[in-house]
Amino acid sequence: MAAEKAYKESFAVIWRKHKYKYLMIAPFGIIFIVFTLLPVLVAIALSFTTFNMVEPPEAVGLDNYIKLIVYDPVFLTATKNTLFFAIVTGPVSYMMCFLFAWMVNDLPRIPRAIMTLVFYAPSISGNAYLVWKLLLSSDSYGWVNAWLLKFGVIREAVTWLVTKEYIMPILIIVQLWLSLGVSFLTFIAGFQSLDKSLLEAGSVEGIKNRWQELWYIILPSMKPQLMFGAVMQITSSLSVSQLSMDLVGFPSVNYAGHTILTHLHDFGNVRYELGYACTIAVILFFVMLFCNILVQKLLRKLG
Amino acid sequence: MNMKIFAFIKNKYNRRKFRRRNRSIGGDAILIVVLGFFGIFSLFPLLYTLTSAFKPFSEIFMYPPKLTVENPTLDNFLDLGTIIEDFTVPMSRYIFNTLVITGLGTFGTVLLGSLAAYPLAKFEFPGSKVMSNIIVYALMFSTSVTAIPNYLIMSSLHIVDTYWAVILPAVGGTLGLYLMKNFMVQVPDDMIEAAKIDGSSEIGIFFKVVMPLCKPAWITLIILSFQQMWGTTGGVFIYSEELKPLSYVLSQLVSGGISRTGVASAVSLLMLIVPIGVFVFSQSNVIETMATSGIKG
Repeated sequence: MAAEKAYKESFAVIWRKHKYKYLMIAPFGIIFIVFTLLPVLVAIALSFTTFNMVEPPEAVGLDNYIKLIVYDPVFLTATKNTLFFAIVTGPVSYMMCFLFAWMVNDLPRIPRAIMTLVFYAPSISGNAYLVWKLLLSSDSYGWVNAWLLKFGVIREAVTWLVTKEYIMPILIIVQLWLSLGVSFLTFIAGFQSLDKSLLEAGSVEGIKNRWQELWYIILPSMKPQLMFGAVMQITSSLSVSQLSMDLVGFPSVNYAGHTILTHLHDFGNVRYELGYACTIAVILFFVMLFCNILVQKLLRKLG
Repeated sequence: MNMKIFAFIKNKYNRRKFRRRNRSIGGDAILIVVLGFFGIFSLFPLLYTLTSAFKPFSEIFMYPPKLTVENPTLDNFLDLGTIIEDFTVPMSRYIFNTLVITGLGTFGTVLLGSLAAYPLAKFEFPGSKVMSNIIVYALMFSTSVTAIPNYLIMSSLHIVDTYWAVILPAVGGTLGLYLMKNFMVQVPDDMIEAAKIDGSSEIGIFFKVVMPLCKPAWITLIILSFQQMWGTTGGVFIYSEELKPLSYVLSQLVSGGISRTGVASAVSLLMLIVPIGVFVFSQSNVIETMATSGIKG
């Protein structure tokens, strides 16, 4: 009885002390729990079942996981493609976001505003990348083919988007073109909220050039933004799917553009094997989690 | 001359000198070359969209294709007009739907996300660590499998086929909160303490101290959220034609095959103009105000 009373009291104490904090979180918290957290938990539960959306789900234990990891060669291809894609585009796009934000920040006001827009422009419209389909069109009307033909580099039109050797490089280039998005804007905002007097003090204290300024002042004071950017780039480079499906088709030639998420799309939206699709999502989640922990450890060492 | 003004000018002059002092000309040159080169790469496909929208049919399929237009025409837009006239639902209705969805969605994301971000960024209290972690982890779970559970939840709440079906999941996403939290961490504790001593309530501190200091962050969030809501098609969550947003109709037009290439470019252009406008407007706003104040940390 006494213990229970103390327990209750401590709850009351916590509530009194932090009431406003909980109340500020509550509106978002409720919407988050109902529309984000709950669906995720249901999806995780479904990953241990077979579910075709017509009959009720049937528990199968770890069967989906075993089938996926051991007996699904296409998933292996998809994982290889995704990891290769992410290892190239993740770090490169992250650095691009930061370096371009840094360089743009050094410009006077109006050129800065213009260049921010120029770099951000590809991300503004959700499907602006479809223009690459026109540019890389497989007949001689495609921009790339036409000019390569004209200069005699190639003798006949190349079917860029359905030749397996070209698929991955094209996806990588287009993804990099698209990548100056959320993180880039966040870094720009980070530079905007940087304390200017810190930079001036640094200049007085003997910071010789922009590299020293970057290393000793900017990087340490932009850690939160760098952390945010890392999470964003990891998730976006590992969850490529729409880009691949729109540009190189679904399924792509020889599965050359097949990724973990297009594999998921195959089972979730085409074959309606939702249990299996959820298993893929859970695996992808752990891959992302692992990458994030790794990168956060690296970032902590900075500055 | 008034001493104060003199000091001000001197200070301003010195500031400019400081800004230049650790910047070499060579470095500036490299910077301009690099930005120029990648700028063209970045902009090229969009310029192609822009000019394609004004190309007559004969020029769209011309060999070799050109970036420039020889005989600019408004035919593509006029074609678009005739297609729109045949719709059963008037265009204004789609525009209205988009305005409601985009407006409420953006407002909700920024306000509720920021409100929740503040306590998580600045204080430690029972549950704060767990909540912070869940928010990051939630970003990593693929949304394509949560669509089905989401649909079931919505139908039990009777909000399928209403605006809420697209607004609420967007507001419940954690990107905005995570973004705001990472900026709010930098708000100095003494400013919050000082405001508390002055007698401000926690809500008062949030609106009068924290939010003004994080203006670049929430301006960014407005841009991101606006774009996300602007691009949403409603998918399976909104099936009534008269509740569908603009981007749904326009995306239907784009997938009309090769004869619609010109119209598709016109559509892409129209869909781009509004987010670009929002972007330019909000960015210019932030660049002006932040030149004078900075977060001290």
